[in-house]
Amino acid sequence: MIDLKLLADHNLTSDECGRIVELIGREPNITELGIFSTMWSEHCSYKSSRVFLRRLPTKGKYVIQGPGENAGVIDIGGGLAVVFKIESHNHPSFLEPFQGAATGAGGILRDIFTMGARPIALLDSLRFGPLEDPKNRAIMEGVVSGISSYGNSIGVPTVGGEVYFQEGYARNPLVNVFCLGLARKDKIFYAKAEGVGNPVLYVGSKTGRDGIHGATMASAEFGKETEQKRPNVQVGDPFKEKLLLEACLEVMDRGLIIGIQDMGAAGLTCSTTEMAAKAGNGIAIDLDLVPQREEGMTPYEIMLSESQERMLLVCSRENLAEVQGVFAKWDLDAVNIGEVVAGGQIRVSWQGETVVDVPVSAVVDLCPAYTRPSRRPAGQPATDVPKAPPPPARLSEALLKIMADPTIADKTWVYRQYDHMVQTNTVLLPGADAAVLRIKGRKKALAMTLDGNSLYCQIDPRAGGRIAVAEACRNLACVGARPVGVTNCLNFGNPEKPEVMWQFEEVIDGLAEACRAFGIPVTGGNVSFYNDTEGASIYPTPVLGVVGMIRDVGRVVSLGFRKDGDVIVLLGETGEEIGGSQYLRIIHGRETGPAPALDLAREKKVQEVCIAAIERGLVRSAHDVSDGGLAVCIAESCIQSPGKLGCTLDLKEDIRDDALLFGESQSRIVVSLGRSRLPGLRKLAARKKVNLGVIGRVGGRDVVVRRAGREIVRVPVERLRSAWEETLPRAFSVR
Amino acid sequence: MKFGVVVFPGSNCDSDTFHVLKSVFRQPTTYLWHKDHDLRGVDCVVLPGGFSYGDYLRSGAIAKFSPLMREVREFASHGGLVLGICNGFQVLLELGLLPGATLRNKNLKFLCEPVHLRVENAQTRFSTKAASRQILRIPIAHFDGNYFAPPEQLRELEKNRQVVFRYVDERGRATAAANVNGSAANIAGIVNREGNVLGMMPHPERASEALLGSEDGRVVFESLIQSGKSLPRRRETP
Repeated sequence: MIDLKLLADHNLTSDECGRIVELIGREPNITELGIFSTMWSEHCSYKSSRVFLRRLPTKGKYVIQGPGENAGVIDIGGGLAVVFKIESHNHPSFLEPFQGAATGAGGILRDIFTMGARPIALLDSLRFGPLEDPKNRAIMEGVVSGISSYGNSIGVPTVGGEVYFQEGYARNPLVNVFCLGLARKDKIFYAKAEGVGNPVLYVGSKTGRDGIHGATMASAEFGKETEQKRPNVQVGDPFKEKLLLEACLEVMDRGLIIGIQDMGAAGLTCSTTEMAAKAGNGIAIDLDLVPQREEGMTPYEIMLSESQERMLLVCSRENLAEVQGVFAKWDLDAVNIGEVVAGGQIRVSWQGETVVDVPVSAVVDLCPAYTRPSRRPAGQPATDVPKAPPPPARLSEALLKIMADPTIADKTWVYRQYDHMVQTNTVLLPGADAAVLRIKGRKKALAMTLDGNSLYCQIDPRAGGRIAVAEACRNLACVGARPVGVTNCLNFGNPEKPEVMWQFEEVIDGLAEACRAFGIPVTGGNVSFYNDTEGASIYPTPVLGVVGMIRDVGRVVSLGFRKDGDVIVLLGETGEEIGGSQYLRIIHGRETGPAPALDLAREKKVQEVCIAAIERGLVRSAHDVSDGGLAVCIAESCIQSPGKLGCTLDLKEDIRDDALLFGESQSRIVVSLGRSRLPGLRKLAARKKVNLGVIGRVGGRDVVVRRAGREIVRVPVERLRSAWEETLPRAFSVR
Repeated sequence: MKFGVVVFPGSNCDSDTFHVLKSVFRQPTTYLWHKDHDLRGVDCVVLPGGFSYGDYLRSGAIAKFSPLMREVREFASHGGLVLGICNGFQVLLELGLLPGATLRNKNLKFLCEPVHLRVENAQTRFSTKAASRQILRIPIAHFDGNYFAPPEQLRELEKNRQVVFRYVDERGRATAAANVNGSAANIAGIVNREGNVLGMMPHPERASEALLGSEDGRVVFESLIQSGKSLPRRRETP
């Protein structure tokens, strides 16, 4: 008997229940209710976001697969394709940081190799509360070691990402994991259960009671009783996944299977229904055949378990024995638990009884889609320039303070825990503007980056969305890469709040506009709503994963200055903009707006000049101006220069000192080059009508900034380096 | 010189090592599957990095029981060349082909970064291409790389010049700060008394191509290839 309590436990409304009854023509039994509740959860169904996601551009000349599959696929030429996606694991990572983050990595890895690609890179975008609070440090320590343990063990390098700290993430940390794989273009696999009568195989780990209703948990706010939800978090086994990866790639490479889907959120339920729905077929399975690690599991538990490292695949009868042979070689279970049937029903039997018999289309495709009410909150977007506090008297001290802020500071403490070199493709180590991976035996290379600035989005979500795309592409431009595709992870609060829905819509529109301007398709992604704890929503946090191509890996440059005497050039213009800046937040404790202006056409031109300059070998370093502004940008280029070279800048702009040094005007890139190369660069810039300013030269041991002849900053690189390097190790040192 | 790269379940530097031997050094190279009993006539067995059998127990503790390891032990006892890198080194320690053990890193974290090594003995078959006291920059990537041996064993190792690589700073000094993982006597790599089995925590295969930032790891492979040229031809196993 379905009552309100049962519905509430399943996070379903009575309207939704009514719709289920209508669709299946009777009241669902408890197992069926569980199936609907998880497949109709926000996490699986995108019911609050679907309507809006359609606004994103998804088409492009090189798109092999857009949204709707396990991951997006882009043709990169030469018979190769990249398969990539980003996923959130925010809720589990708060409850159990180590396993939550580890299984986040595990889940996205499966999404990639499910499609026939070998994962070659992981990146992660992490957001935590301030480090002063030991609870936040514990969460961060757990998350980093969780990602490290999974990625390192399975042998996929974690090559980049970002880490931000802000109060709003204190009890709702964000863990977004991006993975990219490389596949042969003619060997992409899809989640389709084709061919009536074909066997359905269960492969990988045994099913236990872990993670039941993980997807439903991820679709609700956290309250005080959240700690009790810890058993909803799954436990990862990277070794098992490594075996699964090798075995799956082997059966795919040998052309032995027809369709495959990983068992992630909603486990067996999701994989069976989605595979059947995509092929217009049904599936019949017998739960008594499902490998189980515990006794006495009910059909409900087996169907909803989110035990990790499991896959469902379909092959022909003729290939069955050979497929099972490959899995046996890797010491894995591969059990024939059912078959593809005609008629579009998912039929599940257990102990001789039919326990589920519902149309797959009802489960997968007919979930209601909501256009939830949206309302612009007062004061958003911030437009009026706040009465800016006077710039600090000692700008050098301000620079040191900004460099030492955890959000700006060196993240080596994090990424030295990740194996970022395994597979021997990593050309630029983490900490560069973008990760660069070679493709063995080819001249072209891959670049990728994760980016998102939630402070801009809080101030002005549309502007924040546009800037996220622009900045991610700018990061790629700084290593000489052109963007080819994007995946996004949209982290927001409770969509039932109209203000959150407004932010969501605005961000989507900003992203869509910028992606169109850059001509890059969105090939998939993830929406994470309900990032609220005790009623407070996080800042809207879209995280963009952008993939780019480099024509010649031998030309790649990094951000560090290379040579004493080189000239420093700023591409782009500096305006009097300090709104939304890290400077305002760190030095004045204010998170106020407006967000910096962004002209997408100009942005694109600046990037094109930078890419062309790198491709022609004109510049020795390139670094984008973003968090912390120009001063932080050049300080980083000095710290990361092989000889810890200093520099001297001579600036002329007639704007406030703080805006000049720390303002975050968009569309700016700092490059360094030999003087003889300057005419070549000028020509490129002139052709694109990009503003080019020779702003200084590399050399000495200090970072010096003069303005109209007056020295406004002088700090030894060594002091900047130690301020920047010591923050995280000190926060985590045993005290 | 024919190389065999062992594949345990959970090995993850097997294809990197294979790539370097085959594509960078153009040596005949084959994979050796852990369940097999056959070394396929190779002249040198390489145990690669990774997490053999998940390493949920002590690193390398399960790998030593795999069928192929019986052959490797036999091969080594007859003077066959064996190189263990990272997890491969740990397996060699568990097998008893090299003395000592590795403990968790002193900072209790996984560490992945380039380190400096000093070549302590340039007369082994794994190091003849290096100059004595040469400083190499090669990455490490491990959780359990903190080499341990009892004092008398350490004295033996030193006396017999079995320490081949030591962690040092940029200027070649074996300081405590340069000892990233806390290893006894800054030890990064050792050879057995007979000189045919070497284990090292750093990854020379990650430092064999200029594009990846360092070519200092090449000396290990080049030394092996050089030593192979003077090898007596091995009896082919049927």
